[in-house]
Amino acid sequence: MNETLRLNAYRWMTLTRTFDETMVAMWKQGRGIGGTFSERGHEAVSVGAGMALGPDDVVAPMHRDLGTYLLRGMTPERIFGNLLGRQMGVSGGRDANLHGLGDLDLNIIGFISHIPQAIPTALGAAMAFRYRDEPRVAMTFVGDGGSCSGAFHESLNMAALYNAPFVLIIENNQYAYSTPLSQEMKIADIAGRLPGYGLAATTVDGNDVEAVYAATTDAVERARSGGGPSVIEARTMRMLGHAIHDGAQYVPEALLAEWESRDPVRMFRTRLIKGGVPAEDLDALDQAAATEIAAAVRVAEAAPLPDPESVGEGVFA
Amino acid sequence: MSDNFGFSDAPQHAPEDRTLTYLEAITEALFVEMDRDEDVLVMGEDVGGDFGGAFNATKGLAAKFGDRRVINTPIAELSFTGMANGMALMGLRPVVEMQFADFISSGFDSIVQFAATSHYRGIGKVPWVIRAPSDGGIRSGPFHSQNPEAWFVHTPGLKVVAPSTPADAKGLLAAAIRDDNPVIYFEAKPLYRSIKGDVPGGEHVSEIGKAAVRRSGTDVTVIAYGTQVHTALDAAERVAADGIDVAVLDLRTLKPLDTEAILEAAIKTGKVVVVHAANRMVGVGAEVASLIAEEAFESLDAPIIRIGGLDTPVPFSPPLEDAYRPSAGKIESAIRKLADY
Repeated sequence: MNETLRLNAYRWMTLTRTFDETMVAMWKQGRGIGGTFSERGHEAVSVGAGMALGPDDVVAPMHRDLGTYLLRGMTPERIFGNLLGRQMGVSGGRDANLHGLGDLDLNIIGFISHIPQAIPTALGAAMAFRYRDEPRVAMTFVGDGGSCSGAFHESLNMAALYNAPFVLIIENNQYAYSTPLSQEMKIADIAGRLPGYGLAATTVDGNDVEAVYAATTDAVERARSGGGPSVIEARTMRMLGHAIHDGAQYVPEALLAEWESRDPVRMFRTRLIKGGVPAEDLDALDQAAATEIAAAVRVAEAAPLPDPESVGEGVFA
Repeated sequence: MSDNFGFSDAPQHAPEDRTLTYLEAITEALFVEMDRDEDVLVMGEDVGGDFGGAFNATKGLAAKFGDRRVINTPIAELSFTGMANGMALMGLRPVVEMQFADFISSGFDSIVQFAATSHYRGIGKVPWVIRAPSDGGIRSGPFHSQNPEAWFVHTPGLKVVAPSTPADAKGLLAAAIRDDNPVIYFEAKPLYRSIKGDVPGGEHVSEIGKAAVRRSGTDVTVIAYGTQVHTALDAAERVAADGIDVAVLDLRTLKPLDTEAILEAAIKTGKVVVVHAANRMVGVGAEVASLIAEEAFESLDAPIIRIGGLDTPVPFSPPLEDAYRPSAGKIESAIRKLADY
């Protein structure tokens, strides 16, 4: 990354972290509706991978990819609106929390809870680009848990078979809800499965935004130039529970402490300062994020809920 | 456009002969719609190349339109249907062939969870068609004979059609392809080569959501769809000699139901038999019967009779399958019972 990209990456990471911390605090204060999901610990993956896409590329992020939604242009205000079930939220009160954050005008496909349904969906988008000879790429994400599902294997077999312009980021965050990786699969190296399907696969430090960006940029360029699909396993850690209600007491404290020492936002900030970026410049980005998120919450909380009379609208196109 | 669509393996007919089998009508719809709209493509197991699908419904398409538009898939219903979702969101109109309707359960999440909810949730339009070769009576056992339409009629956001004639096989497939919603098209395997009928050439589109009166009558109304329309017409002939005048209403679309036509047909005779090959429990017939009971109770002169498959898996051996399925004899008995009521 050059200096501009690095500052841009920091901007999105601090905005993502600030959104996340604000959201968690609101839900603990009882200001939320239903549940929600924190992406704490995933900022380097969602920002680094998201930044590697071009404006015409399509992405299908999941519930721990807030940074991708934000940097694609989905405003904090609309996302808070969705979390709070407001009419001005992305799904107009139809879908819950971070699910259903789809906006094709931003080239974002919303996901559903049936993980990893986003993989075949994004693969279909890639197949549409291939069919139309468009120089576009489709990217999506999955967790270590989703990598055990049938659709993961069916889809990756087809992605390789059709040489689709497709990139998959596996966010290996060590846990599928309460189940640690060692109880999900016999192997420790998820990317190691993929050459068996004829796929290019690589593993990166998921807490290093520049490493994620570099690997994803390579994958996106390969896909765009007709070189076919790639899979990147980004190793990271889910720092809070599965969802807001979950205290995650099942995660050993030593494991959390180890990953906390490598917090992706703090680690990147330290690197930038060491590289000569004045701390005040980063503080200014932090402050701008705090201001933006506070304003977004004010707008979303004041926005009207949907009209119950509209419940039947939109079932059919 | 020439009648054989420029390909020697495609169905060939003299220009004046527009009599096609049900299966030929399906193939013709695919040729016409793909010729008309480059966004239409076909995908599924064995649909490509020279083979053209387990029932030859897609035969000739790959030669005319190429492998990019006629995509052979591995055995991966969940993900190739999911792939169709992504293609459809990008503006394509994929026509997915489930090799047998029975296998549609393997693609369930992609259909009822993603495709059906996407427009409501603001994700976007999903204009695909799934062709589902359904129905039994051809000694194919529990996993090549099913009629799973009730699952999808129960799902908000899907449309479901079930043609009974060659003209509708073409017209409803064209309509399904042009519709902006996910449409499940149940094609009846027993009708593929057993019936022929007049089919309009060129572009032919039937309206989704409209039932059709296949026989007028004043004594008893039989409401059916798919194969059972023909069984009902046979039963109507059997009782006609005894002066019982039977009307047959073909639903054609199972969702959205043509409630107006159903109520009109029920009110006209006051005596109703509802027939389908799917098992009765929570079937389409239950919805039709309760609609009539709720909206036209005062016009009924007898209880509504439902005839459907038994609540068993579809059995293989001929006497067992015959015991399982509706038949002209079973419908005839129901008609006579209502006529005497």
